[in-house]
Amino acid sequence: MITTILIWLPIAAAIVVWALPLSRYATGSLAVLVSLAEVGIWIEQAFRFDFSKHGLQFAQRGGWISDLHVSYHVGVYGFSLWLVGLTVISMAACTAYGFWVGRDRPRAYFGLMLFLTGATVGVFVAQDLLLFYAFFEAMLIPLYVLVGVWGGPGRLGATIKFFIYTAAGSLLMLAALIAYGLHAGTFDLVDGGPSVSRWIFLGFMLAFVIKAPLFPFHGWLPDTYREAPPEVTAVLSGVIAKAGTYGMLRIAITKLPDPTSYYRTLILALAAAALVYGSLLAFRAADLRGVVAYSSLAQSGLIALGLFSGTNLGFDGAVLQMVAHGLVSTSLFLLAGTIERRTTTDQFALLGGMAKGRPALATLLMTCGIISLAVPGSANFAGEFLILAGAFQRAWWWAAIGAGAIVLAAMYMLRAISAVLHEARGSVVTEDALDLRLGELSLIVPLVAGLLLLSAWPAGVSHHSFVGDRPVQTIKGQFK
Amino acid sequence: MIHTPHVDWFSISTILALLGASFVALLGAVLVPRSARRMFGCVVAVLGFAGGLLTSIWLYVDSTNGHRVIGDAFYRDRWTALGQIIVCGIGLVTALVAAEQIAHRTDDHIAEFFSLLLACAAGMTFFIGSANLMVMFLSLEWFSIALYVMCAIDYDVEGSLEAGLKYLVIGSFGSAALLFGSALVYGSTSRIGFVEIAHVGHAHDTLLVLGLAMIITGLGFKSSAAPFHQWTPDVYQGAPTPVTAFMSAATKVAAFMLAFRVLRTAFPQDEHLWTWALAGIAIASLAVGNFAALVQRNVKRMLAYSSISHAGFLLIGLSAASALGGRAMLYYLVPYSAMAFGSFAIVGARERELNAPVTLDNLAGFGWERPFLGVAMWFFMFGFAGLPLTGGFTGKFYVFAAAYRHGWAWLVVVGVLATLVSLWYYLAVVRAMYMRTNDELRVAVAGGAPPREPLLHAAVAICMIVGVGSLFATQPVIDLARHATSALPF
Repeated sequence: MITTILIWLPIAAAIVVWALPLSRYATGSLAVLVSLAEVGIWIEQAFRFDFSKHGLQFAQRGGWISDLHVSYHVGVYGFSLWLVGLTVISMAACTAYGFWVGRDRPRAYFGLMLFLTGATVGVFVAQDLLLFYAFFEAMLIPLYVLVGVWGGPGRLGATIKFFIYTAAGSLLMLAALIAYGLHAGTFDLVDGGPSVSRWIFLGFMLAFVIKAPLFPFHGWLPDTYREAPPEVTAVLSGVIAKAGTYGMLRIAITKLPDPTSYYRTLILALAAAALVYGSLLAFRAADLRGVVAYSSLAQSGLIALGLFSGTNLGFDGAVLQMVAHGLVSTSLFLLAGTIERRTTTDQFALLGGMAKGRPALATLLMTCGIISLAVPGSANFAGEFLILAGAFQRAWWWAAIGAGAIVLAAMYMLRAISAVLHEARGSVVTEDALDLRLGELSLIVPLVAGLLLLSAWPAGVSHHSFVGDRPVQTIKGQFK
Repeated sequence: MIHTPHVDWFSISTILALLGASFVALLGAVLVPRSARRMFGCVVAVLGFAGGLLTSIWLYVDSTNGHRVIGDAFYRDRWTALGQIIVCGIGLVTALVAAEQIAHRTDDHIAEFFSLLLACAAGMTFFIGSANLMVMFLSLEWFSIALYVMCAIDYDVEGSLEAGLKYLVIGSFGSAALLFGSALVYGSTSRIGFVEIAHVGHAHDTLLVLGLAMIITGLGFKSSAAPFHQWTPDVYQGAPTPVTAFMSAATKVAAFMLAFRVLRTAFPQDEHLWTWALAGIAIASLAVGNFAALVQRNVKRMLAYSSISHAGFLLIGLSAASALGGRAMLYYLVPYSAMAFGSFAIVGARERELNAPVTLDNLAGFGWERPFLGVAMWFFMFGFAGLPLTGGFTGKFYVFAAAYRHGWAWLVVVGVLATLVSLWYYLAVVRAMYMRTNDELRVAVAGGAPPREPLLHAAVAICMIVGVGSLFATQPVIDLARHATSALPF
């Protein structure tokens, strides 16, 4: 029941917001309250979750299409619990950011943000393929409008690219899931047995590698991340991208073990390519959002590297990295948004010297940047270390490529930080551009606090994602 | 002495209710003063359709054992009853929209319009239940003739007259093909009843196969499947918008439901032939509908091509020729009719507001100006594209599942690719409504506040409820479809 509430509470709130003629202030407050309530419900769920128990928890099942054995089946596992947490926390911060900056057409805007929250939670808890697909597609709808209406000047082109890319992937997933479900005799993710079809695997994987994205399916990423409003970009890279890597773990690797090992080298190669190529592009990017966007591409590659290494360490690290990168990139994009609000741009050529007189901004940006470049002791370091160790167990050269890319991460992140905070004062940076306000601090500081907590105790996530911390065994048993 | 068959009056009560209402409306055209005619016609039509709904629901409940009645000419079963329910539902919302949207300069003939609408729906409900070739052809002509006149009801508008004439000429060609095909089938089997044809007909009888091909052609014209679709864009664009809305929903329901029945009942021996033929027509419709829709600027025309592409999706279910395919097709028809009707009704509202044909350009800002209609259009467009906002999502899943179970994975892939292409033009509507502003494009609004259209809003709300409801209440709709499909021989 609590899982169902997590999905439908924000969607119900969205309908309320759309239907009632509330004022701007009331709409925003309601949206923020509901998204905070989501966080509260999730915390309640996390406390009640039994990490030593096998199988699905907080499960609920209802009929949907009985003759094809499609059902409304939701529930959480250890790793999905963390991803749901990431979703509700990031969405709360981003909704609050939208309230703080006062987006136009508030009822439409907040309704869509709430709808997006519900749909994204749905992706991470759905235990039926059609239900998963429905939520996976449903995420697209609000995103399309959020980017298209509240985005920058090039938004129309960006939305078309974004939508066509992601829909192409997910429609082929529809064909794959029909094939899988009719062969298995059920669309249920828990009951359905493994399949050996390579076509089905490719159908699913195409959707996930576009969503994640991995090289060379990232064509939609730069435009969309630049044109979307900052808080929507934060959601896209922090949360939505994780739906792709989550799908790899929950469906592709779990339900299609044979094709997974058949295509393992190919996907590891794509992941390594995303990691290196993304890092290089981030190093060349001329704006802060570009750096974070391309670093997200690199991080998706790293997560996929961990997942497809197929080792205990790799899986643990991938889940930890999904959560850590989700939080850090949400914070970084929101910080980029605050900088854009003060200077109208995030071009490095025009920025610089923002640290002077703005200690809060400098501290937060510095902290997030340092965590993002995986300085030892940070959550990202723990995640990347586990992933690289897992990849090393597969073959040493994957780890070597990964380690090389992490050096690049340090370079691009430090370059970005110094271009914004240090160096000579940029032409658009005026003396009276304020430091972060209380409202902004109150939504970014909790994210960063979460990151620091995760840095202090990464095992909180990495040891509590799979029962008994034996991911390979749990996945072989298909989470039953 | 002529032998008169026993007449089961209850089995044709829906048709009688609609026809009765039609006569009352026609009388109103003479007896009711001009100022009250629109109101009178609308009320009579709504009552007629409500009566039809009631009787057909009753028939659905009361016809668990399907059988033929009235000299074996008409089916009294759940397939017929469900078809009648859908057609009466569409007729009801059409009556609501027509009361406001049929141009006021045709006030002289407004009662005749409602009379024709009722008669047309009566013909369709008869058509769906027909049990032999003769009744099939007669009822086809019955509702087609009414449609020809309805298309041309705005006779002083060039497009409307042109639409009526085009539909008349091409529609007659389709009827002729159907009639000729029926004659060939009769020539081959000397039977007109569907069941008897199946008993007597041999597989690979050339005459029979030729007849079958021509019957499929004739039905293809009515369901506007490619390559029999040429009339569709012109007629849909030119006809008064409520008529277009009615045609795009109700005619498809009638044509597809009859097609499934006649093919399953009369031609099971040639199943491998017609399934392949229908798969071919489905692919042609998906290709023509989707690619032609990409380049349209006129929204009515674009939706016309979209209806051709949906004929393709429905044909995917039909070509599976299984009980699952039948259910899938029936299920698909419910949200599809609601979305097709609703989207045309909304276009009609904009048309009335601008007093000009609606294009993608002059839709700009519509979503913000009229939030309810905008959101509804948003739902319909995303639903058409198979996104999980309306039953269009489950409908697509269901027809693809039917095709896959039939062993046609390639047809699923074709359908998926077609859906991908369709996203482009469906999203173009959303883009036009929400992501551009009026100032940017300088759309000339006819002036003043938009007309208050409570009936149109009510009709669109009903379409929304049916469209969205069929996503969440999938199982009840499928149960209805399952019971209906069990009336057919499998």
